Amino acid sequence: MNYSSSEIWLIVAVLAIGTFLIRFSFLGLIGDRQMPPLVLRMLRYTPVAVLPGMVAPLVFWPAATGGEPDLVRILAAAAAVIVAYKSKKVVWGMGAGVVVFYGGLWLTGLL
Amino acid sequence: MTASTAKSAYWAGLRDGLPFVFIVVPFAVLFGVVAIDAGLSLAQTMGFTVLVIAGAAQFAAVQLMLDNAAIGLILLAALAVNLRMAMYSAALVPYLGAAPLWQRAVISYLNFDQNYMVAVAKYEEAPEMSVNDRVHYFAGVSSAIAPLWCISTLVGALLGTAIPEAWALDFVLPIAFLSMVAPMLRTVAHMAAAFVSIVVALALIGLPAGAGLLIAAVCAMFTGVLVESWLEGRAA
Repeated sequence: MNYSSSEIWLIVAVLAIGTFLIRFSFLGLIGDRQMPPLVLRMLRYTPVAVLPGMVAPLVFWPAATGGEPDLVRILAAAAAVIVAYKSKKVVWGMGAGVVVFYGGLWLTGLL
Repeated sequence: MTASTAKSAYWAGLRDGLPFVFIVVPFAVLFGVVAIDAGLSLAQTMGFTVLVIAGAAQFAAVQLMLDNAAIGLILLAALAVNLRMAMYSAALVPYLGAAPLWQRAVISYLNFDQNYMVAVAKYEEAPEMSVNDRVHYFAGVSSAIAPLWCISTLVGALLGTAIPEAWALDFVLPIAFLSMVAPMLRTVAHMAAAFVSIVVALALIGLPAGAGLLIAAVCAMFTGVLVESWLEGRAA
């Protein structure tokens, strides 16, 4: 890493201010004004629109394996999705994902 | 809107935030380890965690710094990763828009994936909540997560490189996000949106970090709205 201390602090400062402004954008500037119905309807889909796209590359091309698809990670992801979907409980999905992931790593280490 | 309902809203939020301890602790420890390992000082590592307080963007920034990327590119990529939070900010307006400015500013600072999702799920489920109760609920969820995020980063930074790579902590975050999303797939429209999000994000993986995700998210939101309207039209 070739950055001076002040350059690193500059990165921290700009990211801190920029991130706050992004988070403050609508809640701080628009306030209590009514939003158009189409916008409200679209926002209902934000979590399911953003998070699957954020996670998908991490599942199929994980950096930890140098971008190679990894069966253990794919199975762990599937376990998390299925259990969380069936139980409607986030924690159960996480538990299932973690068990399959570390169980799978342990098994592949044995093979 | 009384002091006692506000108080119980705070405690309900704290309780609902507690399960995320199991995500936040490993993830924050990991950031501490990775940042120190990359060559940041303890103060710089904590500066990231306390001031930026956005896990995925922090990891993206450190990764690009390891690659000695141009400072402008680091800033753009990390902020692009955070742009989804503008949507979170917008999604909170119907629930918290009437709160005092200072409360909205504090909530904005603390608005990250986990407490946003927990809070919006609660607000949808309990539309009778007053604005003040909603603010207290959000504060409760955040109290379970934010201090722990900072302390765990410090622990990770102090541990330094003591955590073996074999632990493969990298996959804790994807598992957590998937577990959060799956219960939200209540309708065909939600499933269609998630599917489009995945396909477009994978197809645009070559674009700079965060850009493909933004395009995927916009496509997915339109998909959700279109499928919902189409289903309504068929039912009518």
